[in-house]
Amino acid sequence: MREKELEKIKEYKYGFSTDIENIRAPKGLNKEVIKFISNIKKEPKWMLDWRLKAYDRLQHLKEPDWQKPKYPKIDYQNLYYYSAPKSTKDKPKSLDDLDPKLLETYNKLGIALVEQKRLNNIAVDAVFDSVSVATTFKEKLTEKGIIFCSMSEAIQKHPELVKKYLGSVIPLTDHYFATLNSAVFTDGSFVYIPEGTRCPMELSTYFRINASETGQFERTLIIAEKGSYVSYLEGCTAPMRDENQLHAANVELIALDDAEIKYSTVQNWYPGDENGKGGIYNFVTKRGLCKGKNSKISWTQVETGSAITWKYPSCILKGDNSIGEFYSIAITNNYQKADTGTKMIHLGKNTKSKIISKGISAGFSDMTYRGLVDISSKAKNSSNYTQCDSLLMGNKCGAHTVPYIKNKNSESNIAHEATTSKISEEQLHYCQQRGLNPEEAVGLIVNGFCKEVLQQLPMEFAVEAQKLVGISLEGSVG
Amino acid sequence: MKEQVQTDFDKITKTSGFSERKIKLKKDYLNKFIKNGFPNRKHENWKFSDISQIIQKNIGELSFYNDYSSLNKVNTSVFVDELEHNKIVFINGRIEKIDFDYEDKDKIEINDDSNLDNTASNDNSLIDLNNAFTNKYYKILIKKDYFLKKPLIVYHTTNKKIKSKNVNLRLEFQLEQNSSLRLIDLFNDIGEKNFINIFYNFDLKKDAILKNYKIDKIQNKNIKYSFNNIEQDANSVSETFILSSGSIFLKNEINCNLKGKYSSAFVNGIFSLKNEQHHEIRTIINHLAENTKSYQLIKSVLGKDSKAVYQGKIFVNSEAQKTDGYQLSKAILLDESSEFNAKPELEIYADDVKCSHGSASGSLDESSIFYLMSRGLSYQQSKELLINGFLLDVFEKITDSEVKNLIKNMIGLKE
Repeated sequence: MREKELEKIKEYKYGFSTDIENIRAPKGLNKEVIKFISNIKKEPKWMLDWRLKAYDRLQHLKEPDWQKPKYPKIDYQNLYYYSAPKSTKDKPKSLDDLDPKLLETYNKLGIALVEQKRLNNIAVDAVFDSVSVATTFKEKLTEKGIIFCSMSEAIQKHPELVKKYLGSVIPLTDHYFATLNSAVFTDGSFVYIPEGTRCPMELSTYFRINASETGQFERTLIIAEKGSYVSYLEGCTAPMRDENQLHAANVELIALDDAEIKYSTVQNWYPGDENGKGGIYNFVTKRGLCKGKNSKISWTQVETGSAITWKYPSCILKGDNSIGEFYSIAITNNYQKADTGTKMIHLGKNTKSKIISKGISAGFSDMTYRGLVDISSKAKNSSNYTQCDSLLMGNKCGAHTVPYIKNKNSESNIAHEATTSKISEEQLHYCQQRGLNPEEAVGLIVNGFCKEVLQQLPMEFAVEAQKLVGISLEGSVG
Repeated sequence: MKEQVQTDFDKITKTSGFSERKIKLKKDYLNKFIKNGFPNRKHENWKFSDISQIIQKNIGELSFYNDYSSLNKVNTSVFVDELEHNKIVFINGRIEKIDFDYEDKDKIEINDDSNLDNTASNDNSLIDLNNAFTNKYYKILIKKDYFLKKPLIVYHTTNKKIKSKNVNLRLEFQLEQNSSLRLIDLFNDIGEKNFINIFYNFDLKKDAILKNYKIDKIQNKNIKYSFNNIEQDANSVSETFILSSGSIFLKNEINCNLKGKYSSAFVNGIFSLKNEQHHEIRTIINHLAENTKSYQLIKSVLGKDSKAVYQGKIFVNSEAQKTDGYQLSKAILLDESSEFNAKPELEIYADDVKCSHGSASGSLDESSIFYLMSRGLSYQQSKELLINGFLLDVFEKITDSEVKNLIKNMIGLKE
């Protein structure tokens, strides 16, 4: 019996759930639930109105259906839209006040807050289910005038900023999941970097989905004022579950003149078991706006988890000379499905974008790169470079590339390259000859394949990501 | 539009003398077409070129009725002199002449559609339209081990008699084992503002070779849609060359099923557009068996207000190991108002494959122009030289030297 349990834990390193009493909104999606969420978060009226507007709009929208991975219909009325760990009702003053069980969960995950606070130079805003629990390194950031807090706190303390920027990149009416998020979002991170400030540390949030049957609706807003710089890390793990869980987050980035935002993600949510049962639906809308001149937004993502990943971190290059970058590694194994890529929309003059996408599919999985490069007629002298490579392991999986390329400007250049192949026998042979077992050899080769993207990650993440790449492909060789 | 289609259809069936069975079959296609209508932007395949809008804008009301009872006089001046060839002549959608003078009569079989089963199943509403309205079509069968001595030229001509009409053409070709056909489609339009819908079906048996050259060169105001379906058995080869330049709108679709081992498909195309022209090439290469190969090269030169679209898809199913698929599209945008859209797509389910695609678009290289001008050429001359060089690449891909010279002469390309 014990062995069996151990077996289970081995299958998914982060597969467990902690028993904490939850406050939940009533099941279902309606105006009452939205009011409940807004009320429990003590939100001002304009926020509630905004949510209700989104809800009204939602009634006229249909779920998109053009994506490659199909999923069973989601019963939105059968979900809980709010659940918070009870112990946070009275916010803890320090880490010592935290629910010990919660701390234990983080320990299992390997992100022990106390330790991290001391050892790493990272401020961690840990999100347990839907409410931010602890925020560290606050003072150091406050000194610089940087605001790094939960979204609910920002609505209370900085309403003018939230009002100005919330929904300015992803409008209320954007598409089904974005609108759904606007109506029922619970919490998330808010970052504001004042003019001319270089954020002294990597900002990081660990997301966890904990309560069963709870869709998690994060909302993140990052604003980089003129001449500022910030690097933001997002990492996710989630406990083992049988029912599919929906995650529809919205992330908005705004870079003003000469500002730079670097957004990195390592996503390792529960992908379902080997038979494709369970797992998380990750339908996230991420969009960055290079609003000012010479601004830069760069997305880096390592996607190894989730039953279905469906997201396109995008850049709208509005300011002249602005730069958008997208680096992605997506790995699917077993019955996982991914449809991911990016959009680069060139509006300003001399704008540049670069897309490097590496897809690896194994087992019975299916992986699609879908991207758009759109150079408008006013975007003179712009350029784009796209490279998407896919690696296939076995003939039960699929790898697809669907780029849309639109060039309306004669002074702009677009170059696009894509390849699909498998790991060559020669490479494998070479590695094995030198004493590596087949699994190690594949791990090494895949890491080499992904190197261009892994290099983009901040140090702390790069190590973790490299390990993840290896773990995700376990059992796919032979 | 719906009533118009229905009344025109009734008018045709009354006077056509089609058999009962055929009318019923056609009616099914008609109903399917009425149900789906002309494709629009909501169809993924028509994302970049909304044909219902284009018809609206350029033609307005379309009439589907054509009087096929009277003969049209064949204007021999359109014939190509410099090359001996077999002929099929379409005038306003009616076949006026089929001529295989240079070939062994017992090696070629020509059937009209009264002996054929009309069973093209698909989800393409323009093919439904074609099936519902084609007047009469022929199936040309080339027997085992026969290589046609001369190329076959299909003349697609329209004259002043038709305007705002929908014209539907269809031809079937079957190439038996180890046979070969060179087919040239030449468009010659005098008629204006018509929607011409062409459907070709090719069935290539083992070791057969098909070379299809589609030349739309002469400026005209017609809207054209051409669909080639190519089925390929083991070891067969198909080569398609498209010169897309004359019509106001032209969409060429190539659907190629590589069903036999070692079969291969080549698609090469040129867009040379100006003045509000809008052309598209869409290819779907389905690799369904081992060791199949496909190669595609599309180059575009786009002048003022023109727009070109290339949608190319390589599909590899899980049995098709050792597939080799390649796709390259390049475009030169000459004017601020020109536009190039591409969607090079890969859908792959087998692991031991080599598939790649590349796409590039941009303006003429300033430094190359500078280089040529510093050697005494005018700006215009340097530009032309560079464009010629850019396009020549594609012409060189034509494997048949007779036809290559013919096409090069036709468009006045100098080496």
